[in-house]
Amino acid sequence: MKKTIALTLTLALVLSLTACGKGGNGGDDKKSEGVMTYAEYMAADLDSEVVIETYVQAKQSWWEDKATLYTQDKDGAYFIYNAVCSEADYEKLTPGTKIKVTGYKTEWSGEVEVAEGATIEIEDGNYVAPVTDVTDLLGKDELIDHQNQFVSFKGMTVEAADDSGAAFLYNWDGSGEDGNDLYFNVSKDGQTYTFTVESYLCDNSTEVYQAVKNLNVGDTVDMEGYLYWYEGVNPHITSVTVK
Amino acid sequence: MRMKWKKALTAFFIGTSLLTLTGCHGSRALPDFTVPEEFDASKNYEITFWAKNDTNRNQTDVYKKAIADFESLYPNIKVNMKLYTDYGRIFNDVITNIATGTTPNVCITYPDHIATYMTGKNTVVPLDDLFADEKYGLGGDSLLYDSPAQEEIVPQFLSECVLERQHYAIPYMRSTECCYINKDYVEKLGYTLPDVLTWDFIWEVSEAATAKNADGTFALNGQNVMIPFIYKSTDNMMIQTLKQQGADYSTPEGDIGLFNDTTEAFLYEIADHVESGAFSTFKISSYPANFLNAGQCVFAIDSTAGATWMGADAPLSDISEDAFVDFETAVRMVPQFDPEHPQMISQGPSICVFNKADPQEVLASWLFAQYLLTDEVQISYAQTEGYLPVTLKAQESPVYQDYLSRRGEDNQTYYDIKIDASKLLLAHTGDTFVTPVFNGSASLRNAAGQLIENVAASVRRHETVDDAYMEKLTADVTALYRLDQKEIASGSRQELGALPQTAVFLLSALAIAWCLILLYVIRDFVRKRKNH
Repeated sequence: MKKTIALTLTLALVLSLTACGKGGNGGDDKKSEGVMTYAEYMAADLDSEVVIETYVQAKQSWWEDKATLYTQDKDGAYFIYNAVCSEADYEKLTPGTKIKVTGYKTEWSGEVEVAEGATIEIEDGNYVAPVTDVTDLLGKDELIDHQNQFVSFKGMTVEAADDSGAAFLYNWDGSGEDGNDLYFNVSKDGQTYTFTVESYLCDNSTEVYQAVKNLNVGDTVDMEGYLYWYEGVNPHITSVTVK
Repeated sequence: MRMKWKKALTAFFIGTSLLTLTGCHGSRALPDFTVPEEFDASKNYEITFWAKNDTNRNQTDVYKKAIADFESLYPNIKVNMKLYTDYGRIFNDVITNIATGTTPNVCITYPDHIATYMTGKNTVVPLDDLFADEKYGLGGDSLLYDSPAQEEIVPQFLSECVLERQHYAIPYMRSTECCYINKDYVEKLGYTLPDVLTWDFIWEVSEAATAKNADGTFALNGQNVMIPFIYKSTDNMMIQTLKQQGADYSTPEGDIGLFNDTTEAFLYEIADHVESGAFSTFKISSYPANFLNAGQCVFAIDSTAGATWMGADAPLSDISEDAFVDFETAVRMVPQFDPEHPQMISQGPSICVFNKADPQEVLASWLFAQYLLTDEVQISYAQTEGYLPVTLKAQESPVYQDYLSRRGEDNQTYYDIKIDASKLLLAHTGDTFVTPVFNGSASLRNAAGQLIENVAASVRRHETVDDAYMEKLTADVTALYRLDQKEIASGSRQELGALPQTAVFLLSALAIAWCLILLYVIRDFVRKRKNH
């Protein structure tokens, strides 16, 4: 009997740890007092104060105590623009780090974000969001429900980025050079979409930057990245695999 | 997509921060530049040119052609171009490279930024001697191309490049701001568009445009979105408003007059119009063109160099084709307080030349910089946007006059709104002004815009904007841009007073030690001579 109880308790313990799994404390993602759920954040008016707990997924940039972050909890994603953050704290932020953000909700050309000047507190907890395949949502209204999330696109075809037949452009119109943002077109089911390698997020030393520079029109690719928005969907791609 | 203002802002902060570091750790000073008697064509020179474009492929093509043409004239000079899309990033990189002695040779810049570069001794080449050089100066007789004489550069634009009584740059292109207007909406609201907009008119029409239908849509456009008046550069908005009212902004010496009653009254007015939904800014809402072209804005104020993005037939756009609405676009000066005496900002890129140890390399750089003033480069680049060539020679040339006369022939080269914008500046060059340039003037400019941005954001967040708010705003913006540190803001040399006693003692001890060493060496030398 004792053995059975011991075994049951051990299994229960293992199960509870597994439930936390990769997400650590973020597994249950219980919000602290006074903190909004993702649903409450989304329901909040623009320009209203928001308090959220979320988990860093990627860091875009830091300068002069301001950090721009892609973050996500188990319910949805939050883009944090130029939050107040010391360099020391920025170094502590790694994929999964839990943070509490207090600021104002805003929207800029369709991108819903926490506006410049928000404050950040690092908390205990860790959660790395799984990738969500949104390929089938391209061109559909539901895609925006995944705004800022870590997402993937599968089996898309590289199209010419301009009349010259180039597979990618430096800057949106080809006016840039190595080190600038990369723009490339990919299609699915006859519809073409423009994707971006954001050079602050992934500079020209990264694998994804080099991979996009090596793309050929007609390649079939799988991609991962963050579902950024600018006058429509404008994914910031972090990996490209040619199939 | 077309320009990342967020990146530009970050780059600006990087630059302003690095400025102080550079001040502390400047590289070894270069010698004064003297114009060589002859350009040494037997040696090869490789120069770097840091160029700025408006994320516009046509502009990069003009640069590339100019470089190729120049290199064919001077085969011993190779020009390596590095492209930028915002001034802040160039500023940041130059500051970083001043510290390491690796500045470019030729650089597109703003005079505000040159004032900061000049904190490094002999960093930027004063150009007056080069201008006047008979062989290689403006219109020089040994040049291999047709360069403008000094008097053929628009005097007003050239004078903007004077710092500390010398020319440290040549103008490259000039633009101003203008108001792009949905004329149909103005008339639908029962108004007639005047030739010169006044602030009273623009506020009145904007307020009228906020009226809504019972279903919550806007009466003017039937859409859910309508921001009647959007301003791209709130820095310019504040600066021009103060200038038009004769209010203080700054003195040439760097004394700051931004925080005054006129500023405060204007901020209260802005607060009222943000509250009603009549006004917003680019930083809060997005590019004015996106709203104007979608029929969601009546008055969009942006640079004349942004004209190709404006209007129902704009050749460049970030919004989808199905979001466009059809309307008549009108171009006017920015709103005025005194329509009889309009005043508007003069802006646009200038070119500076950085000093190097080899005067021949500097001369090679100057030859290229000056080449950018030739008619072909000037006219080609001006046609890419609502820019104006900076030389009278180019402005008056048959080629440019033909370009202007073909307004509206197509929606690319001869796009009517773009040519209207250029003509506006051409007609009002005498009504333009620039703000005083000093080390720190770039910060003051940003502070001017920040006041408007903060007030607009606060009103949207339902904060109370009253006297206490204004007092705190002044303190916050002053601290943020370090405007209270006059020696930093103005670049003036700080009077440090008499040396402390300890410093005097140490320096005296060092001097005595050196004297003793010298005496010992002399005595030793004399003794050895005697022994011989």
